Amino acid sequence: MADLAALTMPKLGLAMTEGQVASWHREEGDTIAAGEEIADIETPKITAAYESPATGTLRRKVVSPGQTVPVGALIGVLAEPTAADTEIDAFIAEWQARFAAEAAEEGPAAPEPERIETPFGAIQILESGPAEGEPLVLIHGFGGDLLTFFLLQPLLAERYRTLALDLPGHGGSTKTLPGADPAALAAIVSAVMTARGMPVAHLLGHSLGGAIALALTEAEPVRVSALTLVSPAGLGPEINGDYIAGFIAARRPRELTALLAILFAGGQSLITREMIDGVLRYKRLDGVTAALTAIAAANMPEGRQAKSFRHVLMDPARPAQIVWGRQDQIIPATHAEGLPLHVRVNIFEDAGHMAHMEKAADLARLLGS
Amino acid sequence: MAKKSFRQAISEALRQEMERDPTVVLMGEDVAGGAGAPGEDDAWGGPLGVTKGLMPRFGRERVFDTPITESAFIGCAAGAAATGLRPVADLMFVDFMGVCFDQIFNQAAKFRYMFGGKAKTPLVIRTMYGAGFRAASQHSQCLYPIFTHIPGLKVVIPSSPYEAKGLMIQAIRDDDPVIFFEHKVMYDDEEEVPDEPYVIPFGEANFLRDGEDVTIVALGRMVKFAVQAADMLEQEGVECTVLDPRTTSPLDIASILESVGETGRLVVVDEANPRCNMATDISAQVAERAFEALKAPIRMVSPPHVPVPFSPSLEDEFLPSPEKIAAAVRAVMGAPARRAAA
Amino acid sequence: MQLNRDDMLRAYRQMRTIRAFEERVHTEFAAGGIPGFVHLYAGEEASAVGVCLHLTERDVIASTHRGHGHCIAKGCEVKAMMQEIYGRKDGLCAGKGGSMHIADIARGMLGANGIVGGGMPLVCGAALTAKLLKTGGVGIAFCGDGGSNQGTTAEAMNLASVWKLPAVFVIEDNGYAESTASSWSVGGDHVKRAEGYGMPGIRADGRDFFAVHEAASEAIGRARSGEGPSLLHLTLERFFGHFEGDAMTYRAPDEIAKLRAERDCLTFFRRRVTEAGLLESAALDAVDRETAELIEEAVTEAKAAPFPPPSELLTDVYAAY
Repeated sequence: MADLAALTMPKLGLAMTEGQVASWHREEGDTIAAGEEIADIETPKITAAYESPATGTLRRKVVSPGQTVPVGALIGVLAEPTAADTEIDAFIAEWQARFAAEAAEEGPAAPEPERIETPFGAIQILESGPAEGEPLVLIHGFGGDLLTFFLLQPLLAERYRTLALDLPGHGGSTKTLPGADPAALAAIVSAVMTARGMPVAHLLGHSLGGAIALALTEAEPVRVSALTLVSPAGLGPEINGDYIAGFIAARRPRELTALLAILFAGGQSLITREMIDGVLRYKRLDGVTAALTAIAAANMPEGRQAKSFRHVLMDPARPAQIVWGRQDQIIPATHAEGLPLHVRVNIFEDAGHMAHMEKAADLARLLGS
Repeated sequence: MAKKSFRQAISEALRQEMERDPTVVLMGEDVAGGAGAPGEDDAWGGPLGVTKGLMPRFGRERVFDTPITESAFIGCAAGAAATGLRPVADLMFVDFMGVCFDQIFNQAAKFRYMFGGKAKTPLVIRTMYGAGFRAASQHSQCLYPIFTHIPGLKVVIPSSPYEAKGLMIQAIRDDDPVIFFEHKVMYDDEEEVPDEPYVIPFGEANFLRDGEDVTIVALGRMVKFAVQAADMLEQEGVECTVLDPRTTSPLDIASILESVGETGRLVVVDEANPRCNMATDISAQVAERAFEALKAPIRMVSPPHVPVPFSPSLEDEFLPSPEKIAAAVRAVMGAPARRAAA
Repeated sequence: MQLNRDDMLRAYRQMRTIRAFEERVHTEFAAGGIPGFVHLYAGEEASAVGVCLHLTERDVIASTHRGHGHCIAKGCEVKAMMQEIYGRKDGLCAGKGGSMHIADIARGMLGANGIVGGGMPLVCGAALTAKLLKTGGVGIAFCGDGGSNQGTTAEAMNLASVWKLPAVFVIEDNGYAESTASSWSVGGDHVKRAEGYGMPGIRADGRDFFAVHEAASEAIGRARSGEGPSLLHLTLERFFGHFEGDAMTYRAPDEIAKLRAERDCLTFFRRRVTEAGLLESAALDAVDRETAELIEEAVTEAKAAPFPPPSELLTDVYAAY
């Protein structure tokens, strides 16, 4: 009996319940190697490449493009070329029956974001992971929110006690800024850590979130056990001012699609309508444009970063690593050069500004997950 | 994010703006209900409950139940708007416009212009429209084309709960007279709506589907039908763009022209009676300004030139539907290509 | 309410200004210099001035199509008014309203109205604003005997009554609704109508400034003290036609001459104040002269003033579009 391998709808992020194969890259009868990208998976949140989990011949595409199936459902079958069609049919039938039965049992519910009160106003957070795990705080960047970590956080939550938060002016947090520079925003992160009983944490910051992580380290060094910075601000003067200004000004889906495409090495293909709608809806909220404008003015006036935090990385006692996509068009990966040797630097050649999404699994592995 | 109904979304918009700005007041027939009567106060909250809870929250000094006296209270709202308040008046059914239209189209709409720019009339008139409840000819019309026709008025037709809250907040903050059309059949429709206040600007169309074969423009409740039609047609290999203008005055004609420039085909879905409705207005503008791009004649999907009938079978026949929209799309797809000039 | 010398002089100046303004517009219109429609207030001055002398800028009035008198009495700029009637760009409404829509909201003049009865509900709105924002202001709606039959008038009176709005409805009964006598078209009685809507009605001779002023004092006082609306029924005379160009054949042949000789509110005023020694003729004559000069200047300037340029056609439809 030939070995048959099931290709199933992957779970991209904790909230995903269903998805579609947007397109197949290979045909039935093609030989596939493990790790090869053989399809594009589309969900409301993102479109991502699907890597084959095994080597074999693609014998059956069980779903066609555009067909929506639940996470975990069968989408294709790999086998040896000698396997009989009847065998494939039987495999599929048995597999789907079992899947239907299992689907009737509910798994554990995904963690939900919650809003907590801080001295600075309401902040939305998403905690996930074992209570006894090492605390790890995830800080998003300009115009983003905690959902930017939707692929990474579940992976880290296997080992860490993770806490992602929405900065003021973003996501579900208060839209009133206590201050717009990294130090002011770092104070909020600090307050949230205190509110959640985290005297010390590993900070993971993306883009502006990286500068905020550095600022918090500068202000309260004893609270920061380690730093992981993804395409961080704060390590050099260059930043794509046109992107910042364009993001603040964008009102129409097309404008925004073209802009957001710059963030990813994969360009527009990763962007879904729901992603665009989500950003536009966020930008319409009272106070958002004012907050974004204030943050841009304080941190990157006229396309140049206002403050350098490179000195914060000097302390060899604090583990620090930096992850960047070579194709980052917002902040150049060259800012990672020339840092002290104890700082581990990983550049992904095929990622852009969003390595925490584009290379979530790889980044999680670097963090031991 | 919480799912809220069309009704709740509008109510939330009203409540949040009334909290933010003490000059925002509500007036209309039974917007609370029970005034002077021995039983429950706030008995109705409007005929379909949109404003329930607002009078208990803000008091009868900000939520006014009126006598049945449209020309007086709509005119009162216009005069109040011109002198420092921001009233939201409830013209219960747009079919009642006949008894107060002067105060809307000759007074409120024209103050700014007639008075040389020296008047500000931040008036909102909420009104129910649309067929589907078997309410028959005097309670089911879509009279927004008549208001769209009047310079000085703005006309807003939200197509979903999320849209309704953002457009209502904009309407209240807008310094011009706004007529806000709420489809009575949509009040229980639900969608995720942010708790925080937000604004959807006027004159910016929303795109619900993107497709290169045909542009479908739809308004209000018809947007949902157009999306259903587009999803059906996708199975047939026809890719539709669905565009919701959100406001007919101002109208985002630029987005419509741009889309037709790409697809070359236009179907306009308008629940208003066919003579001089929005479909005719949009079609004429497109024919004038995007003629070269058109690969097929424009198709309009509207009810026939009849009053809204009572009997359910007739009302169902009267209304546009996803099937009728899909048929119109198939017609423009199947139309022969225009012959090249000899 | 006691009137001092300054008040009376001011009242006379305003009435004389209205008279001179209207007489001049009459001749200029006949000469073909004024576009559109005008409806002249000459003969009714005591009403506008008797009422408006009580008012400040926090009070709001709405007028009828016969609005020049109310506009002047409310303190609007006379030269700007003349420019507006001539359709010039520096007119009170930038030339975009004209005689029938002459307005100055900043001074509490919510406009003349091209729709009979159009202003009645608007004044309920102004009164509501005053009540809610506690400005202490009142709303005054001027209405003709013709306009009194419009549904909007009935509805506005009812609404003002049930909401206890600080409003006054002033029925200027000149006996004619366009070309139809009010005896033919007004059912019942204005004061009884008011009482039917739950508000007091006060009758006064509209040719007698002092009577109007007294009656208005009572009504406005009620409104300001929160006791709700009242109606004033003023009988007065319209010296000109419904509109300029109206041949007035529906009036008796010597009617106007008689009215001017026997029922001129300005004549009454002068006689009363001089006989009672309240004002001297010389002071009144000076006002006559100054007013004549003012009107002369206003017309000369208006005739020479520029029209709005074509670019103004499209402006000020909306605050933002």
